[in-house]
Amino acid sequence: MALVRLRGPLRTLAGGRPDHQVPGATVGELLRALERAEPAVAGWILDERGLIRRHISVFVGGDPAREATVVGDEDRVDVLPAISGGS
Amino acid sequence: MTELLVGTKKGLFVLEGEPGGAFAVRARAFAGEAVEYAMRDPRSGRVLASVTSGWYGPRIWHTDDPAGEWEQAEGVALPEGGDAALERIWVIVAGEADATLYAGGDPGVLFESRDGGATWALQRTLWDHPTRPDWQPGGGGLCLHSIVPWPGDPDRLALAMSAVGVWLTDDRGRTWRHGNDGIVPRYLPEDAPGDTINLCVHNLHRAPRRPERLFMQFHGGVYRSDDAGATWSDIGAGLPSDFGFPMALDPADPDSAFVIPLRADVDRVTPDGRVRVYETRDAGATWTPRGEGLPAGHAYLTVLRQAFGGAGEGDGLQLYFGATSGALFGSGDAGTSWFTAAEHLPPVFSVRATR
Repeated sequence: MALVRLRGPLRTLAGGRPDHQVPGATVGELLRALERAEPAVAGWILDERGLIRRHISVFVGGDPAREATVVGDEDRVDVLPAISGGS
Repeated sequence: MTELLVGTKKGLFVLEGEPGGAFAVRARAFAGEAVEYAMRDPRSGRVLASVTSGWYGPRIWHTDDPAGEWEQAEGVALPEGGDAALERIWVIVAGEADATLYAGGDPGVLFESRDGGATWALQRTLWDHPTRPDWQPGGGGLCLHSIVPWPGDPDRLALAMSAVGVWLTDDRGRTWRHGNDGIVPRYLPEDAPGDTINLCVHNLHRAPRRPERLFMQFHGGVYRSDDAGATWSDIGAGLPSDFGFPMALDPADPDSAFVIPLRADVDRVTPDGRVRVYETRDAGATWTPRGEGLPAGHAYLTVLRQAFGGAGEGDGLQLYFGATSGALFGSGDAGTSWFTAAEHLPPVFSVRATR
């Protein structure tokens, strides 16, 4: 299973642990599985449509990823607040 | 002691003080986050806040002590797997039934809580309304910003949305009807259909001692209804501009309304560089400027939709409003004179007062 790594308030919501091994073949599946395992995270990364929130960045093995990005069992998936500012 | 819950672009500020002097900041919560709206439920004392994280989306939080821990409310979301996401909660209002609260948001959604704000459910008849595909957003989004209960009758409710007009129910939301007759949208062509619902209501209030009377700030126009929102009459004559967002009433006087005009939709600042509240005590027949104590020289403030609130009534009415400049003003004498309650806050989104 891939490893999802969380930071900041997401880590706090997910029981205080940064690393979570969850099943899934794509980033979207992985994040939904994370929500099932850690219900307090629900709605914080994915919106109701199942889309990654606009100012959340997801990386698979260091490369930018979207919902449909394929994930391998050995991959690390980082979920970060995006560098988005100006307001 | 008066408490002000001030939602800002950078957190919730809880201020306390007495009219006439500066208010002290007792607490700041949700630092760095946009707090669209906050209110204290007068029945339970619980404080509820609408917070829109730039990263993690919109939520409602609640607490008994705004300086302490907050708890995330459940159920404030749209159905999963659809083609819409909740953008923002614009307003939270205490309902008439025990422990009932309503929240309105973007995209044109109403939520109801029956347990004092801990859990919420989407109001489905409005969500599933057959006209929804035709709803058009205003500049601030498709926002349901005004929720107006009928004192003593939990079945009756009026809503206003930008830009989808006024909605009325007499059966607690099982059915909805429009309440738009008489509203003239000057931003549409003259030959636009008379029954258009593309109506950009900016604010809606009910006179609690005469609940069939409503006041509305429109996107160009100030209106009054004396038949519970079925029909509307323009009462904007006498104002320097009939464009604006905020509105407040004196609960003791059904002929009263207070507005803060902005120059125009293309120039949303106080007219003539002077900050003035306009008061009517004759249901809109005449308006009186109230500027004593307010900035009067090159003061180009913007006061947003929810940034004007009051506490008390009659001679004891207190009024407070905040600007996007971060200034907060108050009146302890029903708007006759004003004082500066705070300066240098972040841009103010909402102001609600409790005493």
